Amino acid sequence: MNLHEYQGKEIFAKYDLPVSKGKVVTSLDEVEQACTDIGGSRWVAKAQVHAGGRGKSGGVALCDTIEEVADFTKKWLGKRLVTYQTDKEGQLVSCILVEECTNIADELYYSAVVDRSSREVAIIASSEGGVNIEKVAEETPEKIASISLNGKDVSKGDIEKICSTLKLNETQSSQMEHIVRKTVSMFFDCDLSLLEINPLVIKDDGNLHCLDAKINIDSNALFRQKELQEMHDPTQEDPRESEASKYDLSYVSLDGNIGCMVNGAGLAMGTMDTIKFFKGNPANFLDVGGTATQERVAKAFKIILDDPEVKVVLVNIFGGIVRCDLIAQGIVAAIDDVGVEIPVVVRLEGNSAEKGLSILSNSSSKIQSKNSLEDAARTAVELAK
Amino acid sequence: MSILIDKDTRVLVQGFTGSQGTLHSSQSIEYGTNVVGGVTPGKGGTEHLDLPVFNSVNEAVEQVQPNASLIFVPAPFCKGAILEAAEAGIKFIVCITEGVPTLDMLEVKKIVDGLDITLIGPNCPGVITPGVGKMGIMPGEIHLPGRVGIISRSGTLTYEAVKQTTDLGLGQSSCVGIGGDPIPGSSFIDILELFESDDQTDAIVMVGEIGGSAEEEAAEFISQNVTKPVVSYIAGQTAPPGKRMGHAGAIISGGKGTAEDKIKKLNESGVVVAKNLLEIGSTIKSLMS
Repeated sequence: MNLHEYQGKEIFAKYDLPVSKGKVVTSLDEVEQACTDIGGSRWVAKAQVHAGGRGKSGGVALCDTIEEVADFTKKWLGKRLVTYQTDKEGQLVSCILVEECTNIADELYYSAVVDRSSREVAIIASSEGGVNIEKVAEETPEKIASISLNGKDVSKGDIEKICSTLKLNETQSSQMEHIVRKTVSMFFDCDLSLLEINPLVIKDDGNLHCLDAKINIDSNALFRQKELQEMHDPTQEDPRESEASKYDLSYVSLDGNIGCMVNGAGLAMGTMDTIKFFKGNPANFLDVGGTATQERVAKAFKIILDDPEVKVVLVNIFGGIVRCDLIAQGIVAAIDDVGVEIPVVVRLEGNSAEKGLSILSNSSSKIQSKNSLEDAARTAVELAK
Repeated sequence: MSILIDKDTRVLVQGFTGSQGTLHSSQSIEYGTNVVGGVTPGKGGTEHLDLPVFNSVNEAVEQVQPNASLIFVPAPFCKGAILEAAEAGIKFIVCITEGVPTLDMLEVKKIVDGLDITLIGPNCPGVITPGVGKMGIMPGEIHLPGRVGIISRSGTLTYEAVKQTTDLGLGQSSCVGIGGDPIPGSSFIDILELFESDDQTDAIVMVGEIGGSAEEEAAEFISQNVTKPVVSYIAGQTAPPGKRMGHAGAIISGGKGTAEDKIKKLNESGVVVAKNLLEIGSTIKSLMS
């Protein structure tokens, strides 16, 4: 689960990390008060969306007057911001973060992430900030310090390596040590999977300052992170994806026209690949899970069919735990219930597959049942043309 | 001898009396697995599926001497359940549960490694040695005792590979689902090592997916250490970047973990990568004849 920058900075502040004074505005009326509360004579206005690359897309502005902040707010509030990290629809801007202006001497990069290879939390810091870190890693790896922690422990040596790569002086080094220790505590306390400060800046007075805050929380840990869970902003997700997650269905929307319903994440990806192999285009990834009930199958159909591009639905179920005859009953009921107007190609395999296929063949004329994935995929691709 | 499960494996089920524990324990027993009892705190002293229920793993170890544990407890309690089994001296643990927090696994992985324990999962279908026994949720009847070792990050995709090798009459020596989480108890490499030294395994199928670098690391290991033929399939060739494809671990982030990179690295390491899901069986057959 992702947080907005302003939410990340609220948590940063709790951990005593240096962040700018700021206010969140959700309407034009709040702008003047926000600017007055923050004080000063220059402000930075930042559109709040779950995506990077906002600056390059006009989603961040330096404002010399309150009117400029108001203009920016009017321009973006309720609109969608498209960056290189969003899809072509962009992300809805439902609030603007107004901050005091920071005078920057230098931009650095800092992040903490779960490193799957070392099975540890890793810290990545670079003297090149404000840019794409993958690019820095490729072109100038010497500018990056990458450290694998030992559990929650941060050693003196780790701190030294980061500070020397970032070429920090003594005062900055002790500030950096504070940032590292606090972010690591935060990482473990809050069950994060990513914490990124890009850029971490050196201000013109020489002090380190967190200019951005990107936080990603491990969705599996939300049961014990209730406070963070409440920060969830469903407007940042594809509406079909958030609807699916309410029913424990994993759904990812894609741009093709063959709707897919599959049990198991791996097989769901494999099914998409198979469609592509036969020159078709999947409209979505959808895993109905291991305990696909009639209700879930019906819900899955509704979500798939909500996409107007979908011309045919391919159902691919390998019954392990789940019995195919129950799935078949679910499909038939769901088609009646939802009123499916387009062809549905079904492949059932495994547990009680034959029973399931016979249920399907005695039902709606919309359903074509196949007993191999190859047949099913080829048929779906043909019907989608 | 087969890998991980053989006729001497005595299985304890943690989360025995819950709905998942009950369903899969009874199927495992039916398949011939030697399940010796289960643990459900508070239900010690009772019987379930005609087997004794204990309050703790320690109690079970004293009374029925299990040497393996199969875990179905809910995700928030998995860390505790795995560590309980580990501290009681169980050396082989399979955790089926999906949704275990990553930082829990980070801690658990360190401890089980230090105690020389083999942990499979979490978020996995488990392990089966066809014809001998199973610890997991896979449908036993699609398997056939044979000579192909199967390792996979996905459940139903493993079944697909199993079915193809069964239909072609090759069968499987053992099948191990390592799970789709970012920090699995065992990696491809751990299981490749077991299959390489297993005299019942002639060839290996490794089913990977997008995200992380486990397949790349496995490719490196194979080029140095595996003499048996390896066929691979990578799921998610059409997955968009930045989106989690169901499994917590299946996400292309920062341009890393793409199917393309993985396939390239595997090819360079002498692994034959099946062009699509439908050709896993026929590809491994062509290498075995």
